[in-house]
Amino acid sequence: MSVPALVDRLFRQQAGQLVSTLTRIFGAAHLELAEDVVQEAMLRALRRWPFEGIPERPAAWLHTVAHNAALDRLRRDARLRELAPHAMAALHELVDRAASSDPGIGTPSDPLPDETPFALDDQLQMMFMCAHPVLPAEARITLMLRTVGGLGVEEIARAFLADPSAVAQRLVRAKRRLRESGVRLAMPDEPELQHRLQAVLDVLSLIFNEGHLAHAGESLLREALCADALRLARMLARHPATARPEVHALCATFCFAAARLDARVDAAGELVTLEEQDRSRWNAQLIAGGFRHLERAAEGDRLTRFHLQAEIESCHAAAARFELTDWAHIGRAYDALARIAPSPVVAVNRAVATCMVDGPAAGIRALDALSMERSLSAYYPYHAARADVLARLGRDAESAAALRTALSLNPVEPVRRLLTRRLSRLQALAAAERIRG
Amino acid sequence: MRQFMLILRENPQDFAQVTPDEMQRIIERYSAWSEALAGRGRLVDGIKLQEEGGRVMSRTGGKTRVTDAAYAEAKEVIGGVFIIRAEDYDEAVQLAEDCPHLEHGTISVREVHDLSGARAE
Repeated sequence: MSVPALVDRLFRQQAGQLVSTLTRIFGAAHLELAEDVVQEAMLRALRRWPFEGIPERPAAWLHTVAHNAALDRLRRDARLRELAPHAMAALHELVDRAASSDPGIGTPSDPLPDETPFALDDQLQMMFMCAHPVLPAEARITLMLRTVGGLGVEEIARAFLADPSAVAQRLVRAKRRLRESGVRLAMPDEPELQHRLQAVLDVLSLIFNEGHLAHAGESLLREALCADALRLARMLARHPATARPEVHALCATFCFAAARLDARVDAAGELVTLEEQDRSRWNAQLIAGGFRHLERAAEGDRLTRFHLQAEIESCHAAAARFELTDWAHIGRAYDALARIAPSPVVAVNRAVATCMVDGPAAGIRALDALSMERSLSAYYPYHAARADVLARLGRDAESAAALRTALSLNPVEPVRRLLTRRLSRLQALAAAERIRG
Repeated sequence: MRQFMLILRENPQDFAQVTPDEMQRIIERYSAWSEALAGRGRLVDGIKLQEEGGRVMSRTGGKTRVTDAAYAEAKEVIGGVFIIRAEDYDEAVQLAEDCPHLEHGTISVREVHDLSGARAE
């Protein structure tokens, strides 16, 4: 008999789902209890499965054990029963449902019970709670990754190059804040839903970007962040209350960007620029998914920054070769983005688009026009972009100087190596010139 | 072929802080190992003991004493056992060598006495 293989990230996804459901059942103030119960259930799997084998329906197994562990807690704790009067009945119902081998839960071919309507509701409500306005921005990201993402403190710390004890502290403070503010696990009503949804999308963007940033090493973790952000965004896209055009736009952006993750790194682990990437290595399935989301994103009449970002990403995805990129289209999207969501990143990318459309002379004018922006002087991509455009103009000495400035701003390791390679190339050229001259 | 019992001991506190992803990876390593043994016809059984100390019985002066054994405070407990087939101790040890349990605890290898007495030497 062959042992059923576990679906990738099964434990993490089930942890996110179970914590959300149990928090709904116990009440938002008992988030920590829900986390404990889920950890207990997973530990039981860790101790039993090596000897007994992986069960036929691993997710259903985890659910049943977690629900029973939750019932045990309730039986032992009279005060908890008082605080959560409906918990007992709700848990019994879940146990029965799992026992009746509900085809929606954990069949071997589709072991992820995300699709059951209550599980989706629970996770969405948890996402709204994690992105609650009473929490500071960093706490929202950490809490989202810990609860719905099922990541451990250590993993979050590694992904964000942070100190694990600081991450643990942040989680403790965030949970206390939620308790003290009496935040409940519930889907916000209109008109609040609109801006609360915006906050959730912002958190997901930050998670995705962190994964997409070129940190040294830890590629698995980076992929996990991108995959999580995409998975959570897709959940929003599936739910009738949140399946809005901007949610589809965000899903499209994530799909297009995630499609390039593999091609961005060469065999030696070095960063490969968009221009030099082997586009046959782009993930066609993700790109197709991106275009499907993009279509749904066009259904509304509002143009959000998520729409514009998706549009820009789609231009890259649609170009079979770098030279075929529709830079004019990208430039117009950046113009619009600079109006509704200005940022240093947008300003620099807009100037790069100008360079591609109107040539390097126009590009350097656009970039130099930004030189007075204080936020840009310490932003290494600005100097790296200048170096690139200056090199295209043959102004090698200035390009080398811009590279040195960029390097002095401590870019992440793979970028540092990329810029260093460019700098040595320029220096070699200059040396060759001197010898010839 | 002779049968050997692999007794897997661990510290019950060891996995308390393990994250879901790590748990999944650990389980996958164990199941790859036991699958490989089963595929070669070498795995007889895997037995998991409950996570509790159980009872300890002793008798002094004709009086039986039954005590609850510690689990949570114990430094080392038997998590479970595997029974495998091997030619001899050397091979049993060699088969156990790839067991991922060695990352987490110790393995005792003991030969199971063949009650049938029909073993060909």
